[in-house]
Amino acid sequence: MLKRLLFATVHQLRLFLRRPAAMFFVIVMPVLLLVIFTAIFGNAEMAGQGITTAQLYTPTLAVFGAVLAAYTYLAIATATARDQGVLKRLRGTPLPPWIDIAGRIAAAGLIAIAAVVAVMACGMLLYSVKLLPEKLPAAILSLLVGISCFAALGMAVAALCRTAATAQAVANATILPVAFISDVFVRPDGRILPWIDRIADIFPLKHLSRAFSDGFKPLLAGNGFAFAGDATTYAIGQHLLVMALWGLGGAVIAFAFFRWETQRDGSRQ
Amino acid sequence: MSSIVVRNLRKSYGSLVALDGISFEVGRGETFALIGPNGAGKTTALEIVEGHRRRDGGEVLVAGLDPGLRSPRLYRRIGIVLQETALEPELTVKETLRAWSRCYPQALSVDRVLDHVALRRAGRQRVATLAAGHRRRLELALAVSGDPEVLVLDEPTAGLDPEARRDLWRVVAALNGEGRTILLSSADMEEVEALAGRLAILHDGRIVASGQPHELQQALGPEPTVELYLGGEALPRLFPQTLRAIARFERGWVRLKCRDPGPVAYELLLWAVRNRHDLSSLSIARPTLEALYRQATRRDEPETAC
Repeated sequence: MLKRLLFATVHQLRLFLRRPAAMFFVIVMPVLLLVIFTAIFGNAEMAGQGITTAQLYTPTLAVFGAVLAAYTYLAIATATARDQGVLKRLRGTPLPPWIDIAGRIAAAGLIAIAAVVAVMACGMLLYSVKLLPEKLPAAILSLLVGISCFAALGMAVAALCRTAATAQAVANATILPVAFISDVFVRPDGRILPWIDRIADIFPLKHLSRAFSDGFKPLLAGNGFAFAGDATTYAIGQHLLVMALWGLGGAVIAFAFFRWETQRDGSRQ
Repeated sequence: MSSIVVRNLRKSYGSLVALDGISFEVGRGETFALIGPNGAGKTTALEIVEGHRRRDGGEVLVAGLDPGLRSPRLYRRIGIVLQETALEPELTVKETLRAWSRCYPQALSVDRVLDHVALRRAGRQRVATLAAGHRRRLELALAVSGDPEVLVLDEPTAGLDPEARRDLWRVVAALNGEGRTILLSSADMEEVEALAGRLAILHDGRIVASGQPHELQQALGPEPTVELYLGGEALPRLFPQTLRAIARFERGWVRLKCRDPGPVAYELLLWAVRNRHDLSSLSIARPTLEALYRQATRRDEPETAC
């Protein structure tokens, strides 16, 4: 069974590598954004933050790349496969269908990690972004929980949207506005209104962004393995809880509403 | 022994009755066709046989297994070609086959499957660049890759050009020649005549006729016609008395409709030889299956005034 899961994952990775638009969107775009943001804002140390622009943006854009893979790409690719009839055909084979879904999720997770590595490598090579070894385990754990959470939400979008076109619209329309209010694109000195900040607190992207990027802030105390802390402490527990709840909700919706066929397959012929 | 048994199969979508108690059996190694116009219920019937759709009532067995249970054992024994192409355009033909053959515990080798469907030369080609006929062959290849004993083909040549259709017919006939049972749906009588040993005509969710093509021709009529060109001399009064009652004379032709054309043709032949007529135009024309199909599917439609 593990071998079949491995094949399903490799199959999905191969498909991803054959989709230049998806590769650009997921891997190249976050790197480009890092280069652009650093060019616009310069790479000097930000007032009161103790970090450079690149040290701030590299982890947040890495998170953005991970979310594009685990959420947006997974939702669109799965809905496209359903539109193409590939999922229906798969159900006409002895392969347990969950293996294909697990393969899709595993591949999306690996692509998400690749997106993170690409942005982090770019930040480290071009802008001297530093890893903080004592905080790295918590940051990595946050990333893994976040990827799982967004993968579940991606599957929920694929389940709720009947066509790939709808899934694409919904995935993009949900992630981009949330990204703007979730400390991904806007600098902390950007003075986000408190009520917008509170809305952002509801969604998992801000929690992922915080839990991961705080692991790259040397002024924060602690290694991150605490449930909650003040503004001077690195603590991922609360963020993980929010992400876990969203992930659980996404998984329940995906499980309840997922269809292997398009609606037109239900028409009378 | 039957590979596929369908008894009193019923299926509705809300108030719409898609299948109204249809029954048929497909023997092992046989090719059986369900034909009918769009909306007749063909795909619904096939999808129930495939296990893709639930039935409301009746009994269905495929290779002795109930497809409603969606057992992996069933999917080891049947191969399915869906009505619409279900392929990933980014992959090559070989990559596609390799990926799908991993779904089966004992899959045929990729090269063997490519040979089966005469697609070996396109092995490295991307699916996106394949011609429609080759895509359909690849679909068939995927269905065969698990070495199934039963193949279910939903309108396998729909949308293909005549040459591609004939190519695919040859492949399907060869697969049947290996002893595989084939259930196919089609709206094309020529395809059914080329492939199927038996057929059922489906109309409005009911089977309105079934049997071997020649049985249907005999059962449904119209009767065969014996015809001969006599030129300007086709005058009724010169014609043998015994045949005159069933003869029709038009523009130099004599046409005789009869249930059993043999004796009529023999008598006409004797008379023509005796009277030194040219026999080169003598023929016995049977009604085409297409004509029978049209007749069967229009049988219960209300007649419209001209």
